[in-house]
Amino acid sequence: MRTTINSLKKGEKAIIKDFDIDIIPLKLLEMGCLPGNTVELLQIAPFGDPLYLNVNGSHLAIRVETAKEIEVELIKIKL
Amino acid sequence: MINQNINIALIGNPNTGKTSVFNQLTGLNQQVGNYPGITVEKKIGFCKLPNNVKGNILDLPGTYSLNASSIDENVVIELLLNKNDKLYPDVAIVVTEVENLKRNLLLFTQIKDLEIPTILVINMADRMEYKGITLDIPYLEEHLKTKIALISSRKGYGIEELKNLIVSYKSIPTEACLNASSIAPEYFNSLRKAFPNQLLYKLWLVITQDVNFLNLERKEIQGTFTKSHSDLKRLQQKETIKRYQFINDVLKEGLQVDASIAKDFRSKLDRALTHKVWGYVIFFAILFLIFQSIFEWSKIPMDFIDSTFASLSALTNSELPAGVLTNLISQGIIPGIGGILIFIPQIAFLFLFISILEESGYMSRVVFLMDKIMRNFGLSGKSVVPLISGTACAIPAIMATRNIENWKERLITILVTPFTTCSARLPVYAIIISLVIPDTYVLGILNLQGLTLMLLYLLGFGMAIFSAYILNIILKIKSKTFFVVEMPNYKLPLFKNVALNVVEKTKAFVFGAGKIILAISIVLWFMASYGPGKKFKNAEAIQLSKIENAGISQDELDNKVAAYKLENSYIGIMGKTIEPAISPLGYDWKIGIAIISSFAAREVFVGTLATIYSVGSTGNDDTIKNKMAAEVNPVTGKKIFNFASGISLLLFYAFALQCASTIAITKKETNSWKWPLGQLIFMSTFAYIVALVTYQILK
Repeated sequence: MRTTINSLKKGEKAIIKDFDIDIIPLKLLEMGCLPGNTVELLQIAPFGDPLYLNVNGSHLAIRVETAKEIEVELIKIKL
Repeated sequence: MINQNINIALIGNPNTGKTSVFNQLTGLNQQVGNYPGITVEKKIGFCKLPNNVKGNILDLPGTYSLNASSIDENVVIELLLNKNDKLYPDVAIVVTEVENLKRNLLLFTQIKDLEIPTILVINMADRMEYKGITLDIPYLEEHLKTKIALISSRKGYGIEELKNLIVSYKSIPTEACLNASSIAPEYFNSLRKAFPNQLLYKLWLVITQDVNFLNLERKEIQGTFTKSHSDLKRLQQKETIKRYQFINDVLKEGLQVDASIAKDFRSKLDRALTHKVWGYVIFFAILFLIFQSIFEWSKIPMDFIDSTFASLSALTNSELPAGVLTNLISQGIIPGIGGILIFIPQIAFLFLFISILEESGYMSRVVFLMDKIMRNFGLSGKSVVPLISGTACAIPAIMATRNIENWKERLITILVTPFTTCSARLPVYAIIISLVIPDTYVLGILNLQGLTLMLLYLLGFGMAIFSAYILNIILKIKSKTFFVVEMPNYKLPLFKNVALNVVEKTKAFVFGAGKIILAISIVLWFMASYGPGKKFKNAEAIQLSKIENAGISQDELDNKVAAYKLENSYIGIMGKTIEPAISPLGYDWKIGIAIISSFAAREVFVGTLATIYSVGSTGNDDTIKNKMAAEVNPVTGKKIFNFASGISLLLFYAFALQCASTIAITKKETNSWKWPLGQLIFMSTFAYIVALVTYQILK
């Protein structure tokens, strides 16, 4: 199954893999949302949307509908 | 003596403390205006630099990159691409923040490509120790090809060093710090060959952005070098990746973070402020606190201003020689000015709270908290900011909708914002509430008048949300939705920034609205002091000849004459003409005049009544409020401002669109007359019906 940002749990970190460039706004790319960068889900708003992320050191919030388009790979926490 | 003038452009991401740097450099030497033709705020400040150099500092709107997505951001590009602009910078200052250096540097690398001498300011350096950050300044200066000023606009250090760097701007390298054109070498090489005299990055900006570039025909480039939208975007993505790679490489050496030192206060606060229960409780508690305090705290200065102007008016009347000019001053101009100045306390408090909420970073959390809820009504979480700042004034609020990316959400926000209770309604509410709602306390602590005011605010919000819901169903607009909001770090608001903002906004309000109010007051005075026909001219004789007036004192007679004159003056005739339309709402012709004149701007209401009541009375120093309270309907014998007519009037002002400036700004922002006219007709009809029904039920 494809893992996207919206399927992360609170506190989980992942690496951004790929997304459809035509859907994702340029502004999000400029905020550091680019393939290879890390993303951490910090908070989920009440009612499940939007999502509060730390992307490449930048703190920002996006809606679930956008988060669904961004494929990521979960970073396994070493025990 | 001034030897030299240099132009300095201050550029930076939002939330980097750019405005604090501007305030530190310029102090009170600031001018705020607009860019010609658009309503983007233009701030210029002046600063004395070493060696008798004078700096003209332009504070450009905050932007994340040179890829513009709003008119505010466009201003930045247009200035930087146009060498002939008289504000074209000799030196650019890019303000960044130490904790977000990586993202902030993206804009810096773009500015460097324009080959303007660029100074890098790293702000909030006082937080480095706390966050465990160390910087290798010489390394960064070498690789970013710039000079760095490490400053703290909060603590005020580093500013002198920055001034010294500005003066020696000629020694700052102008070369780019990376070669962005390597993302598509063939494309950029042919572009370079076609326009050998132009800067490559400028050409690229002209191709990708919708900006005017004076030196070059747009068509010329577009023919051969245009690509499809998605191809261009792919290249822009490559460019962004390339820039970030460069930044990451530089920062790997130049910036060290010791994570063990960093303390995280932010995530704790975030958890509380965006909590599914406490988040909302805190938000509404803050709103409640704001409205209670606006009403309570501004009472004393407002009463003081009111009574000062009443006695000033009486004083001029008795001290100056009697005549038309004295009447104009004491009955037209002084009450008119008083009617403007009385708003200052409440407006200042409102702007104070709004700028504290913005400065502290709390506003972004509210956006986050409210987005899902607001979307049910066709709005965005970002609509909360316009709706809250709409409580100060709809004009800046409508301008603040520019960062809503989705056009439908933005349009709905623009259309419903005028329902929120703006500061111009406040004096109207204040005076009517104080006349018809008793000044008592419920549950021991809640002031009933304050509570009524709060209800009116809630009603404004409620109506805004309700009409948004209706508009969301009616409007059939499809637009791509996306939503990105930065969550800045929490900051203690800086006194200097907040104070300057409050002073500036209050000043703009007093002088902007003040001119209209003063002009209308003078016109009203003339119309109330003169009248057509014999009735006005012979008022004294007519009153003397009346049988019921036989044997009354001279004072009483004077009052009767004055009242009779007013009724037969130009304004009296106008008011009497519309009286049939407004008497079902519980208003007399005097209120009718005030309503007509407040279609230019609502705040005129109080001033108009002040003028009308001053004309009627000779030399008594009663306040406007007392005069209004004493006003009796000659037919029914009941007070004019009673509970039913007062509530009806409150509701009329809550819903009617009585503001020429709002109509103008809606026209500008939506680029069509359709929306502002629809807004005007809908809101005013609705207001009339609600006021009518209310009065008929309550009376």
